[in-house]
Amino acid sequence: MASEEELLEEITNSEYKYGFVTNIESDKAPKGLSEDIVRFISAKKNEPEWLLEYRLKSLKIWQGMIEPEWAHLQYPKPDFQDLHYYSAPKPKKKLDSLDEVDPELIDTFNKLGISLEEQKRLTGVAVDVVMDSVSVKTTFKEKLGELGIIFCSFSEAVQEHPELVKKYLGTVVPSADNFYAALNSAVFTDGSFCYIPKGVRCPMELSTYFRINEAKTGQFERTLVIADEDSYVSYLEGCTAPMRDENQLHAAVVELIALDRAEIKYSTIQNWYPGSKEGKGGIYNFVTKRGLCMEDSKISWTQVETGSAVTWKYPGCILKGDRSVGEFYSVAVTSNHQQADTGSKMLHIGKNTKSTIISKGISAGQANNSYRGLVKINKHATNSRNFTQCDSLLMGNKCGAHTFPYIEIDNSSSKVEHEATTSKIGEDQIFYCKQRGMDEETAINLIVNGYCKEVLNQLPMEFAVEAQKLLEISLEGSVG
Amino acid sequence: MLKIKNLHASIEDNEILKGINLEVKPGEVHAIMGPNGSGKSTLSSVLAGRDEYEVTEGSVEFLGQDLLDMEAEDRARAGVFLAFQYPVEIPGVSNINFLKTAINEAREKKGLEPMPAKEFLSRVKEKAKLVGLEGKFNNRSVNEGFSGGEKKRNEIFQMAMLEPKLAILDETDSGLDIDALKVVADGVNKLKSPDNATIVITHYQRLLDYIIPDYVHVLSNGKIVKTGGKELALELEERGYDWIKEEAVNA
Ligand SMILES: Nc1ncnc2c1ncn2[C@@H]1O[C@H](COP(=O)(O)OP(=O)(O)OP(=O)(O)O)[C@@H](O)[C@H]1O
Ligand SMILES: [Mg+2]
Repeated sequence: MASEEELLEEITNSEYKYGFVTNIESDKAPKGLSEDIVRFISAKKNEPEWLLEYRLKSLKIWQGMIEPEWAHLQYPKPDFQDLHYYSAPKPKKKLDSLDEVDPELIDTFNKLGISLEEQKRLTGVAVDVVMDSVSVKTTFKEKLGELGIIFCSFSEAVQEHPELVKKYLGTVVPSADNFYAALNSAVFTDGSFCYIPKGVRCPMELSTYFRINEAKTGQFERTLVIADEDSYVSYLEGCTAPMRDENQLHAAVVELIALDRAEIKYSTIQNWYPGSKEGKGGIYNFVTKRGLCMEDSKISWTQVETGSAVTWKYPGCILKGDRSVGEFYSVAVTSNHQQADTGSKMLHIGKNTKSTIISKGISAGQANNSYRGLVKINKHATNSRNFTQCDSLLMGNKCGAHTFPYIEIDNSSSKVEHEATTSKIGEDQIFYCKQRGMDEETAINLIVNGYCKEVLNQLPMEFAVEAQKLLEISLEGSVG
Repeated sequence: MLKIKNLHASIEDNEILKGINLEVKPGEVHAIMGPNGSGKSTLSSVLAGRDEYEVTEGSVEFLGQDLLDMEAEDRARAGVFLAFQYPVEIPGVSNINFLKTAINEAREKKGLEPMPAKEFLSRVKEKAKLVGLEGKFNNRSVNEGFSGGEKKRNEIFQMAMLEPKLAILDETDSGLDIDALKVVADGVNKLKSPDNATIVITHYQRLLDYIIPDYVHVLSNGKIVKTGGKELALELEERGYDWIKEEAVNA
């Protein structure tokens, strides 16, 4: 294998060529993945040399990796040469106000009940919409700007704040971390970037809605959130996708950095097309999300997932600084033929670090839901604590839930508690509700919402309401 | 309002109810007593529409409708309320949310708007007072971690909120201390009206000192074997059930 140096050498000396020069103006890269494609993406985005190098290095790493196999996930492997790695939606101009946004897009959002107008009117939610690969709209920017907060698309950050991007990109999730992270690092097209300066408390929820729009386009988002010392930010990520037949690959990377005494709350509602009842289609969601906590800082991940055909995701925290805190709250619903292998990784490095994992799985139909958690407490992370609670709720007899906790503790002053339960939704509970005049459907929603309460409570108000609606929709007709 | 005729019901091929006949008119209070395992809870479950039980014979008419033909939730909306012998816990669902959902769903089916929050809350306040709960449990999860007596009181609170036509209280008195018993009985009495009726299932005549029944029925081995006035309860308290069982056999 070539050394890093040799690789760099090769990359910088290789001729700057496009295999399809004439296509530089096109909105879409041809299918397939190669050095040319990576160069195309980078050129298209007018990126600095160091970023192109980063991408090419990542590509080399990826090419040397083997797609992982997961014991509890079964799906046809995507053909990575049969995907488009870049595409831009039609309206191209940068927009300053909502009026300039493609009315069709507004319409779609209205249908999804997340209209931008509404969002804007709501208690100060800034929305950064990503449609396929290019950022269409960023709102509230000026207001945030007054506080020195940077909230923009990733591409914009590369142009406007290259020093920040360069300093932090890949520091929490290195390209070599895993197969999908390497892939993302090579071909990511856009995503969100957020920087909260020292001592600033971001006064509003920062929110991004993602949507995969064009057929056969793998979307590789890159998100980087940096909370400087003594700052605070709450970040919301939500996504929906329309029905479609072909599997869509989604491999995002999210990196969070909480510097000393900073706090980041990162909430996700994930609602992608899960495939038909027969198990056809749906989105493959392979995401790497990780946060780095410095001294006395805190990162909370909250997620409600009801979508995707296959989900593979382990948001985690590296608790590097002393007394830092990592939290993970998750509800994952799998119904019909959906499969989910999710969990959390908590790495305790600093002393007196604390982590909490609350995972609620709900399986219905023929779905499979696995929880895979890693809690590792290093030798020097003395007096550290982890509490893990991992509950599974089964609806019907054909679904499954599996729990795989991995715990490694390398010192004697630390303590790890793990609780796990599996229960079936109770006939007694349903009958009790019916006797009070509720339909079966209502009863189930109520019971499920109650079961998820600890997690839903972590979400900001509007998001919690949306999450409840989502749970309802995704469990419709799953019992009876 | 309720006419039960020759009702037979079984579970997993065991016949539990073996020909029940009972008529309840508006404004009446009926007490059902009987030994353990005689089928009292089974009767209330069958009336409430639990589908584990199979009705093999007989009919039940409620306010002119065929009750057995209705889904459990429709029976509830028509005004049948069951205070459970063993109330179920629903973790994470607050009492108040549970009741709001129940009331608004019933309203929705009747084509009504959801109850305005203000009206709902003042009703909660009023009814909680009636059973001596005074908003204590509003934000706690339904029955979770409640003591046995608290669960029973909560059942009566729900009943007060839902204002049923026919309330079936399945051993609501068991597990209550004497003060709670008075409070619950008091609550039931205050909710009594010429339009609604109550069936009280109990083992103790004590409760019937507070909720005065118009009729007392003895259920034994799936049948009503004796019916009398409130003095029958006193007699049962003194003599137990054996003499009635004998009477039934000899009859
Ligand atoms: N699933 C079941 N399978 C078989 N028998 C059952 C089942 N459920 C209830 N039974 C039986 O039905 C009979 C009646 O039970 P039920 O609960 O109605 O009695 P009860 O009169 O309410 O008694 P108690 O005074 O103890 O509350 C009992 O013998 C009980 O064992
Ligand atoms: Mg009973």
